[in-house]
Amino acid sequence: MSIATRDVRWAAGGAMIVDGVTIEAAAGSTLGLLGPNGSGKSSLLRLIGRLRRADAGIVTLGGADIAALPHAAIARRLALVEQQATTEIPLTVLEIVRLGRTPHRGPLSPWTGADDAAVESALRHVGMEEKRDRLWHTLSGGERQRTHIARALAQTPSELLLDEPTNHLDIRHQLEILSLVSRLPATCIVALHDLNLAALFCDTIAILCDGRVVCAGPPDQVLTAETIRDVYGVNAHVERSPHHGKLQVHFLIG
Amino acid sequence: MRNPAIAGGWTLRAVPALPVPALFALAILALGILVVAIGLAVSIGEMAIPLGTIAKAVGNRLLGTGFTISPIQEGIIWDYRLSRSLAAACCGAALAMSGAILQALLRNPLAEPYVLGISAGASTGAVAVMIAGLGGGALSMSGGAFTGAIIAFTLVCALAAGTGGLTGTGAERIILAGVAGSQLFSALTSYIVTTSANAEQARGVMFWLLGSLGGIRWPDVGLAAPVAIGGFAIAILHARALDAFAFGVDAAVALGIPVTRVRLILFGLTAAMTATMVSIVGSVGFVGLVVPHAARFLVGPGHMRLLPVSFMIGAVFMVLADIVSRIVVPQQILPIGVVTALFGAPAFAFILYKARRRL
Repeated sequence: MSIATRDVRWAAGGAMIVDGVTIEAAAGSTLGLLGPNGSGKSSLLRLIGRLRRADAGIVTLGGADIAALPHAAIARRLALVEQQATTEIPLTVLEIVRLGRTPHRGPLSPWTGADDAAVESALRHVGMEEKRDRLWHTLSGGERQRTHIARALAQTPSELLLDEPTNHLDIRHQLEILSLVSRLPATCIVALHDLNLAALFCDTIAILCDGRVVCAGPPDQVLTAETIRDVYGVNAHVERSPHHGKLQVHFLIG
Repeated sequence: MRNPAIAGGWTLRAVPALPVPALFALAILALGILVVAIGLAVSIGEMAIPLGTIAKAVGNRLLGTGFTISPIQEGIIWDYRLSRSLAAACCGAALAMSGAILQALLRNPLAEPYVLGISAGASTGAVAVMIAGLGGGALSMSGGAFTGAIIAFTLVCALAAGTGGLTGTGAERIILAGVAGSQLFSALTSYIVTTSANAEQARGVMFWLLGSLGGIRWPDVGLAAPVAIGGFAIAILHARALDAFAFGVDAAVALGIPVTRVRLILFGLTAAMTATMVSIVGSVGFVGLVVPHAARFLVGPGHMRLLPVSFMIGAVFMVLADIVSRIVVPQQILPIGVVTALFGAPAFAFILYKARRRL
């Protein structure tokens, strides 16, 4: 397994945020994390990325316990795109994407051709080559998101964690980002709100509720009207789309 | 490429990037400017000394060249003015670097070397020795200031750690702990001054608080120079880590920075540098706040460039400020902190204005 968690628990402010989560993502696959607001998706991603230390349980990266790995070693293979990370410092897109090379460089080592290649490829992947000299605070929400993703790609990760990467994006950019993510050779874990996008792009889905995994598996097994009603309290009708062959969720109002 | 920016307090950005040979030339130029500034500082004063004589005196002392110059001149040059301006350069360099580091770590453009209570602690330590007679004569005023600074810094860190500010993701608690610590020690200083000091002592305290290069001799340079240069070496090794803090602590961790260790090292480093400089020259303001912004205006926010440029600008600025403090009022030496603010504030306003106009 590329990434796996076993019975991971994490509490904050006296509340159990992540309450015994066991999930796994196969190498190269895309795992969607679904669930209502406050179900623990972001926290779980932070635990997997070792931004927080789990109170109990274990997170493994390529079979190794992540708690025993140095931060730089983790960052050389695992990249994280957070929600709403911003800066007041007048950095250009290129400078931000270059930050992605940080874990690969020593404190004084010069910039190399490999660094350049990684940055160029990352910029190309998200379509920001032309905007490389733009300053951060002049970027639109979508451009910022794509810059963050390019920074993460510049880390040349084999594992990529994305926390609601389609937030603030119009539908075209949502589709572009997710199809990019699902085509990447890296293992991706993506926290999402949109059930239909999850059905379109994820190989497997785990649904969280109150810090626990309610169900996990291929979209066909997980996205049922019953589960959606139990987890979200919403009535839905799920059918296979005649256009793309994936599941389509219709929400029933009233 | 032209994209200067106004973004909150981090307004200043003029030059996007310079090629490496240009940076090298710039480094040589900066060193040249520093040498000229120090030369001027040694030359200018109650007794004006020609630059040629200064070169001879330095040659005599360092290379044993044996030029004939008057012993009085050589004494003034070597024992008084040269040590004084070198200490000023070290002090400016260290304060400017500390400011740049703290602005990055705390992600706050208003952060400066005294934000964690060091200046307030140093003044309490100094007045405790000078007025209350703490240490019974065994402790010098500099020693008292250094001790006070370290005690205040430790207290602020303990307070920040106790409230989760050191391990947490927000810098606000560290800054608030610094504010609380600064207020406490300022109050202690005022308490000691108002209850124990006579008018003469109170004036002495005020003069010291505003910064004075008066009593500086070679042993002070022997302390300040290694601290400034060693501090620079440690800081530059963490330049890339500082860059990684741009999007916050979590983002830095995600880029593989051992954040707790880096913060510990760099807070400790800025505290040591600042406490040393404050104990030698008093709490000179403005340099640590403004010089990093001027440097950012010149070379951008990347710390690989920002730290050396802050170092050089800080050094030159303090040496020039020292010259001004000695000549602006005849027969009197102004506290250097007055000069740094009096001349630094308009200079800073000018930079702000230039950055604004380019939008």
